Amino acid sequence: MTTPTSFLTEEMRQQAIGQKSEPKTIDVEKGAIIKFAEAIEDDNPVFNDEQAARDSRYGGLIAPPTFLRSVGVDRPAYPYDMPFNRLLDGGSDWEYFHPVRAGDRITAVSEIADINERNGRMGLMIITTIVVTYRNQFDQVAATQTSTSIRY
Amino acid sequence: MGDQVYWDDVKEGTELPDLVKQPTTQQLVKYAGASGDYYQIHYDINYAKANGLPGIIIHGALKNAFLGQLMTDFIGLEGSLKKLSVQYRAMDEPGTPVYAKGTIKKKYTKDDENFLECDIWLEDHQGNKTTPGYAVVTLPNKT
Repeated sequence: MTTPTSFLTEEMRQQAIGQKSEPKTIDVEKGAIIKFAEAIEDDNPVFNDEQAARDSRYGGLIAPPTFLRSVGVDRPAYPYDMPFNRLLDGGSDWEYFHPVRAGDRITAVSEIADINERNGRMGLMIITTIVVTYRNQFDQVAATQTSTSIRY
Repeated sequence: MGDQVYWDDVKEGTELPDLVKQPTTQQLVKYAGASGDYYQIHYDINYAKANGLPGIIIHGALKNAFLGQLMTDFIGLEGSLKKLSVQYRAMDEPGTPVYAKGTIKKKYTKDDENFLECDIWLEDHQGNKTTPGYAVVTLPNKT
């Protein structure tokens, strides 16, 4: 298989940047928080024990820092067909503004912030930066997640 | 989790208490269910091998969760996590322990809040840093 040495043009970059997903809304259930904390084997009482969480400064159960992944927000659609199917998660930068509490209604939207290509050892790679904004029912930004995905 | 750590207790260069995790294939299945990430490379060895992988690999997001726990264990109930950044540089396989570690890189006060910037990472059982990262937290004063 021959791989192209270039795919993106500046015009294609500009078409992709700013593309957004549909919003995805979930109700944060107490059981989902506890199940997530059990799955990551994190015994912090504010994620697991309602009584202890009530006695803490949070006044109730809060979600572990990476729980918001379970919202399952869609990726923004690219405005053209991408040449590669293989996908790697390069990492995430989270920024936190308000705790996510049991009973919150969280709405997430993802947006393409940047897209670039690079020629590496594995040939051409397309690197997309996606920002997910998670808002709560008071329209406060609870957290943002900037992630890098690599197509090759 | 131990006793609450305070701003007065730490300085630049202080190491965070290590967190040892023992990820198993069973944990990956639990994580898939809890997070909704059902990509088969995390529980179906034939599927993983057909995708050119050596075997089942740990979800990057689960490694992110381990580094989150490193920080929330360290700061206790009175501290706040402001930023958590992770890069998946190499794959990790279940069945051997992974170690979450960190050191305090910078300590400063801004707008009456006590900030720490930390270098954090995940090491495999051979000491390879597979997942470097960075975190910013705030801690309370002792008095």
